[in-house]
Amino acid sequence: MASQTGSGPAPGATPGAESAVDPDAAALTFTTHADPMDKQAGTPAGLGPLGWMRWLWARLTSMRTALILLLLLGLAAIPGSLIPQRTSDAIAVNQFVAQNPELSQWYERFGLFDVYGTPWFSAIYLLLFLSLVGCLVPRARQHWRLWRNSPTPPPRRMDRLPAVATVAVGPKALDVAEARLRQQRWRVRRGTDWVAAEKGFARETGNQVFHFALLGVLAAIGWGALAGWHGNIVIREGTGFANTITQYDTFTAGRFSGSDALPPFTVQLQSFDVDFERGEAQRGAPRNFDARVLVTDADGSTVTESFGVNDPLELGNAKVYLIGHGYAPRLRIRDGAGDVVFDDSVVFLPQDGNFSSQGVIKAPDARPEQLGFRGIFLPTAAIDPELGPISTFPAPDDPAVFLSAFAGDLGLDDGEPQNVYELDDTGLTQLGLRALREGETWRLPDGAGSVEFTGVDRYISVKVGSDPGGAWALAFVGLAIVGVCMSLFIRRRRLWVALGPTPDTVVVAGVARGEGTDMHGDVDELAAVLGPVRSAEPAATRDSPSQGKEDGAS
Amino acid sequence: MTQATTLADLSNLMTYSAMLVLSLAMIAFFVSFAQRRTSAEIVRERVTEPALVGGSATAHVDADPATGEAQFEPGRRAGNIAMALTWVAFGLLSVAVLTRGLWAGRVPWGNMYEFSLVSAFAVLGVFLAVSLTRDVRWMGVFIVPLALLTLGLAVTVLYTEAAQLVPALQSYWLVIHVSAAIICGGGFTFAAVTALLYLARDSYDRDTRAGRALAPLARRLPPAERLDSMTYRTIMFTFPLWTFAIVAGAIWAEAAWGRYWGWDPKETWSFIAWVVYAAYLHARSTVGWRGRRAAWLAVAGVAVYWFNYFGVNLLFSGLHSYAGI
Ligand code: HEM
Repeated sequence: MASQTGSGPAPGATPGAESAVDPDAAALTFTTHADPMDKQAGTPAGLGPLGWMRWLWARLTSMRTALILLLLLGLAAIPGSLIPQRTSDAIAVNQFVAQNPELSQWYERFGLFDVYGTPWFSAIYLLLFLSLVGCLVPRARQHWRLWRNSPTPPPRRMDRLPAVATVAVGPKALDVAEARLRQQRWRVRRGTDWVAAEKGFARETGNQVFHFALLGVLAAIGWGALAGWHGNIVIREGTGFANTITQYDTFTAGRFSGSDALPPFTVQLQSFDVDFERGEAQRGAPRNFDARVLVTDADGSTVTESFGVNDPLELGNAKVYLIGHGYAPRLRIRDGAGDVVFDDSVVFLPQDGNFSSQGVIKAPDARPEQLGFRGIFLPTAAIDPELGPISTFPAPDDPAVFLSAFAGDLGLDDGEPQNVYELDDTGLTQLGLRALREGETWRLPDGAGSVEFTGVDRYISVKVGSDPGGAWALAFVGLAIVGVCMSLFIRRRRLWVALGPTPDTVVVAGVARGEGTDMHGDVDELAAVLGPVRSAEPAATRDSPSQGKEDGAS
Repeated sequence: MTQATTLADLSNLMTYSAMLVLSLAMIAFFVSFAQRRTSAEIVRERVTEPALVGGSATAHVDADPATGEAQFEPGRRAGNIAMALTWVAFGLLSVAVLTRGLWAGRVPWGNMYEFSLVSAFAVLGVFLAVSLTRDVRWMGVFIVPLALLTLGLAVTVLYTEAAQLVPALQSYWLVIHVSAAIICGGGFTFAAVTALLYLARDSYDRDTRAGRALAPLARRLPPAERLDSMTYRTIMFTFPLWTFAIVAGAIWAEAAWGRYWGWDPKETWSFIAWVVYAAYLHARSTVGWRGRRAAWLAVAGVAVYWFNYFGVNLLFSGLHSYAGI
């Protein structure tokens, strides 16, 4: 049988772990030697660097370390739910930094705005997985060996087993037992005066499948990050985009995702419809989204598709997800000379649940002076005595824009990139403020030009991306679930039939592993088939040791 | 409209009726529990009053030889009444859940009120299901008040009118993911109750061994190993389901939000709960962690689960904002 795996350190210091030499104990506990999971290596007294390394490895791969690392992982995940995270909500992070500059420095130092990407968080799960490999590889090897050598011959003292029955029958019973056990699909082995049978290897197999599948999940997630890509873009009704990196507002690609990873297509947003709740309960909550798009493939063929939340658009290896929406009022701006210098819809960013939205319009071509506007768009406009103009419902029932006009130098000519949602009013003079309903025109003072509110479009923000790891992760997770169920529900059983203490008797005995499993049923059933049961519990009269509980730890 | 209001009223009426019946069941459970006596007490009684019983003292204790547990005759009547009442309340609650769903025209777990209603239903369901195969009447003392508390919170703090769902919730994954999560809530809660009772009973046993037995109520509990095993078995069934619930959530999140995992607070706390239960399962086979420490992990797990429900929904902002209040 296998030698002890627990390395150099003195093996004496293992209370609770069974002896490595006693074959009877091994038969009881379903292992060939001291369970590597339960090893608690002693101190590596005077063993030199190699001894220390082995000792450390034994520590790392012990079940206790796994347990503690698991709990640590749980603890380490907490701050990321309390502190805003850059990966999910960069705006909230910026707000937080602005409000708590000093605290933020400390947070920054420990990576608390990106907990799940920090070295210390990664260290915990990488150690956990290292421990897992170190723990499971020897266990897998042992499982294989055990499986090949099974069934194990009976222990010398069958009467010590948790379930025992003595049957008054001769040696012929061994043949009967063997046939019956084979028929019941046990793994059976025949000795000269015994039959050994085993069942439930899949319990340990499932356990290993589960743990290795977890490794697979991690690898799949990593692969997805390396080989995937995603970008975000805002599309107004009537406009579209081509799937190339430069068109995206933000774009992220993994190291192994070449630029040819993006399938060539263009998407044109034809219309976007939203229904809002008009009843009393949850008034204003969205009820339905429907984005209709015209998709053009690489070969120039076009199709009309419709997508929405929970229903992404699939284009080649990429998916298009609807992640946000808002209003883009259409404005026509003429300059002092009467020329149309702007005639388009403009994305306004929603500020509240009723889509009071803010936006900026810049007309750098206006003459004699450039024109700029700050605006508030209200889909259902009302004037609140305290708050001023606000929207009272998210649907465009009664839309209005409140514009504040500026003339002067927009500062676009020096080549500095500007935020399209902000207007820097240095160098500008304010011309006035005005509310416009749809179709109304505002003649700007001093003959600077005019603005006409010509209509309301909607826009959507979409995420386009490809995650080649997703399907793998799902497959491994599925495997993990199957594995854990096998590991938890399959009962591991050993059953022996041996010629008894007296010539005309046969002893049937068994041991099982798994919560609430006991072998009395199996033993009694087989005993009853073999012949008249003389005594169900021959051990009862003797000083029987504690019942080998499911873990075999006595 | 009138039909809808009738359904709404019916659902609320059924919820209140269920609460009333549950309150009665709770009282009956308390009476039953108070009347329970341990085998030791029964033995003592019979020894001191031999004339009443006649013959040897121990011969008359209907103790189960495997567990050493007596069948506690005295609390039986009240216990049976309590169980019957719990079944009635469960029936009423199922009508409440059903009519709520019919009223809204969808699965009845679209906001916190509905989720609480169904959770109470699930906790009682797990309890009653277990009671079909074994005698767990003594647990009613703990389970029924818990269900009542949940319902009380639901009808007072969390109540919302039924409404349609926001688009993110309009998915068949709502049926799969949320129902799995609710069943897990029932399972984890049940397991935590048995774990706490195990801790109480174990303390009592230790005190007894140390010769300073107090905690008179703990004496009425089943043996510690049995409680421990109940905790384990419940978690053994719930853990794979919880894994599945999280995975189903991830698949749904991919469709709804474009990523299957984003460390949203809800996702984070679900993960923490999963890790704690994995730790529990490990603890059960780690020397030095079996028993009391493992039991504490089972309690910690349910604390995380419920924090994920109440705390995360009400305190944090995230994508999972479906509280509806
Ligand atoms: C990634 C983190 C891990 C998770 C989520 C996890 C989860 C689990 C679960 C749910 C079980 C229960 C299945 C059963 O009882 O048979 C289990 C069992 C087990 N785990 Fe892990 N585990 C992890 C890491 C590890 C590591 C690092 C080790 C080794 C040091 C390990 C060794 C074991 C062993 C030996 C069992 C079987 C226990 C028994 O036979 O009773 N696991 N694990």
